[in-house]
Amino acid sequence: MELSLFERMRNRLVKTKDDFKEKIENVMYMGSFDDDFFEELEETLILSDLGAESSMKITDQLRDKIIETRSKSKEEVLGFLKEILISMVDVPVIKPEYPTIILVVGVNGVGKTTSIAKLASRYKSEGKKVVIAAADTFRAAAVEQIDEWSKRIGVDLIKSTTGADPSSVVFDAIGAAKARKADILICDTAGRLHNKVNLMNELQKISRVVNREGQGFTIHNLMVLDATTGQNALNQAKVFKEAVDVSGIVLTKLDGTAKGGIAISLIDEMQIPIEYVGIGEKSEDLIDFDAKKFVDMLFE
Amino acid sequence: MIFEGLSEKFQNIFSQMKRKGKLSEKDIKEINREIKMALLEADVNFKVVKQFTKNISERAVGAEVLNSLTPGQQFIKIVKDEMTALLGGEIERMDFIDGRRNIFMMVGLQGAGKTTTAGKLANLLRKEKKFKPLLVACDVYRPAAIRQLEILGEELKIDVHSEHDNQDAVSIARNGIKKAEEGFYDLVIIDTAGRLQIDEALMNELVEIKEAVDPTEILLTVDGMTGQESVNVANEFNRLLDITGVILTKLDGDTRGGAALSITYTVEKPIKYIGTGEKLSDIELFYPDRMASRILGMGDVLSFIDKAQNMIDEDKAKQLEEKIKNQEFDLNDFLDQIHQIEEMGSLNSLLEMMPGANKKALKGLDLSGASTKQTEAIILSMTNEERRKPGIINASRRKRIATGSGTSVSDVNRLLKGFEQSRKLMKQMSNPNVSKKGRFKLPFM
Ligand SMILES: Nc1nc2c(ncn2[C@@H]2O[C@H](COP(=O)(O)OP(=O)(O)OP(=O)(O)O)[C@@H](O)[C@H]2O)c(=O)[nH]1
Ligand SMILES: [Mg+2]
Repeated sequence: MELSLFERMRNRLVKTKDDFKEKIENVMYMGSFDDDFFEELEETLILSDLGAESSMKITDQLRDKIIETRSKSKEEVLGFLKEILISMVDVPVIKPEYPTIILVVGVNGVGKTTSIAKLASRYKSEGKKVVIAAADTFRAAAVEQIDEWSKRIGVDLIKSTTGADPSSVVFDAIGAAKARKADILICDTAGRLHNKVNLMNELQKISRVVNREGQGFTIHNLMVLDATTGQNALNQAKVFKEAVDVSGIVLTKLDGTAKGGIAISLIDEMQIPIEYVGIGEKSEDLIDFDAKKFVDMLFE
Repeated sequence: MIFEGLSEKFQNIFSQMKRKGKLSEKDIKEINREIKMALLEADVNFKVVKQFTKNISERAVGAEVLNSLTPGQQFIKIVKDEMTALLGGEIERMDFIDGRRNIFMMVGLQGAGKTTTAGKLANLLRKEKKFKPLLVACDVYRPAAIRQLEILGEELKIDVHSEHDNQDAVSIARNGIKKAEEGFYDLVIIDTAGRLQIDEALMNELVEIKEAVDPTEILLTVDGMTGQESVNVANEFNRLLDITGVILTKLDGDTRGGAALSITYTVEKPIKYIGTGEKLSDIELFYPDRMASRILGMGDVLSFIDKAQNMIDEDKAKQLEEKIKNQEFDLNDFLDQIHQIEEMGSLNSLLEMMPGANKKALKGLDLSGASTKQTEAIILSMTNEERRKPGIINASRRKRIATGSGTSVSDVNRLLKGFEQSRKLMKQMSNPNVSKKGRFKLPFM
């Protein structure tokens, strides 16, 4: 029997869930909701990669709520905590209108190329016509990597040689996407650290080409973040958003970390939805992310 | 900027403290709380933070600080000491065993930077220790991973052992060693596929490779931006493989230092090298005390001087000095200097090591990559005569050069002006009456 996406997420994220739940329960067993409790809770949240700032915010809100309701019940307090977390991740996902161009951006090694393969394979199975642009012309064998993926999945690839101007690859690819009446063009880009000014400029240039040439397409700038990155992921997201107006996030490698907290603080601070999460290295290891269900799951 | 967030916070904490003059026990408690938050924000592991702040307050509340005439200074010294200890204390060099082939295994999570680091390390050790290195491509999973190592090998002119049809990483590793024996390679670096520490099957593959090749070093490559997870990763890799050291990568990003400050304490294995950029020369030895200085915003003059001296070819420097004295320094030399600078890594990363370097001011400045490429293009579009005598470059020549290099006339003007200025500057600097001491030379100075 086919597992639903959500069930698959649950199975893969058992670690995140168990880890979080166990820690929270340990805190709850302290019994009384005094200063020690709040300090302990804050530590727990930080350890789950929620970041010091979000953790403090959550603890403060919870404290207020407990004072307001004078609640002494463990179940109730758990409920409050869950409500607070849910309110933090309440950012709607915008469904794409076709044809669309997805520009995929992020720092080195976070999983851009693999995520693109996963997306392409999913869209293809939905009957969409997909074209990929190999605009990472920098890293050794990056073109070969996406080339191999596109052959495996069976989608078109527009490529040039290593060292070529990435903007011009994107330019050509948009032309090809138009000519071939593609529903979706996905552009791979080279990984770049967000604090490298010249590389971020280059990305802006690529994005300008997309905006200018991609008339008639809806344009979606998708940022890929690695879940094992800590709070630096927030910095990355902020700087990339400034540069290219990121409209959605893919959070990868969630299969490897027990610390899904970064998902919550990302949505809360960036107000950008996490659309997909990566839970493995195969082309089917990408699932839709439902933030509310994610929080639900943490408390199950 | 390396560890910028953390180092800014520390500078703030320290300057508040200095304003106080005398420190009470309560002050110290307060400062310690701030340090704790700063470290947690930087993704430093919780246990490590607790131990660190505990050590500091014990020493600070003891006679060391409270009775001191300069409590602020004393306190900063304690923080620096403790941080150096946290980072491993002494510098750890590689153990090269005489009469034995050195075999390194690169291991780590996906996307950590193993392949690039393998290339960097081979290149560095060939240069420094005159090894004859062989790279072995054992990532049989990620598409084109083998190709990536082969391309690095081609670029560096370092041999690579690869087997495109073999899906068995263990046998590729074994064959690699055989090839090293036959070809008299004395350093073998095995690149393995990235994997999650919880992936039993793949972790087991590493154990098998280890048994098959008996490596002298097992180097865990960790992305410097890893968060709280870094401790789990390091623990698990270490438990199964008994790693010999850690290489931290992407430290040219704005990592806050969580991984750097957590790993050594947790697994008691030293950080040996750090990766500081995408270029194949961007790798450095890791010095705990220098890193502590950088994190605490005290600058790192020693690394700066090392780097400058390493890059400068003594003979060339002499020639250059002569030329400058005789006012013969021309655009060809200028281009030479630019290449030297490029090899040193970006000027930005050098400036960052300067103590008290104004970090805010540096932020917008970009002296790397793009602009040097342009400069190079412009100079290469000049005739040899023009390069030797820039004086003859008139308006029509400027136009031609701009077209030839795909730039604008104002770009050409800017370059010529910059060149004139540095020529003047150099003349002043080379005048022995002006600078007597501290005359190690940087290109452009
Ligand atoms: N476990 C796991 N591994 C992943 C996931 N996504 C990507 N990876 C792996 O991470 C590594 C790097 O992925 P790439 O897709 O090459 O990353 P990238 O961002 O394109 O890298 P650069 O182009 O080098 O910047 C590969 O080994 C992938 O198989 C995921 O969700 N889970
Ligand atoms: Mg890629």
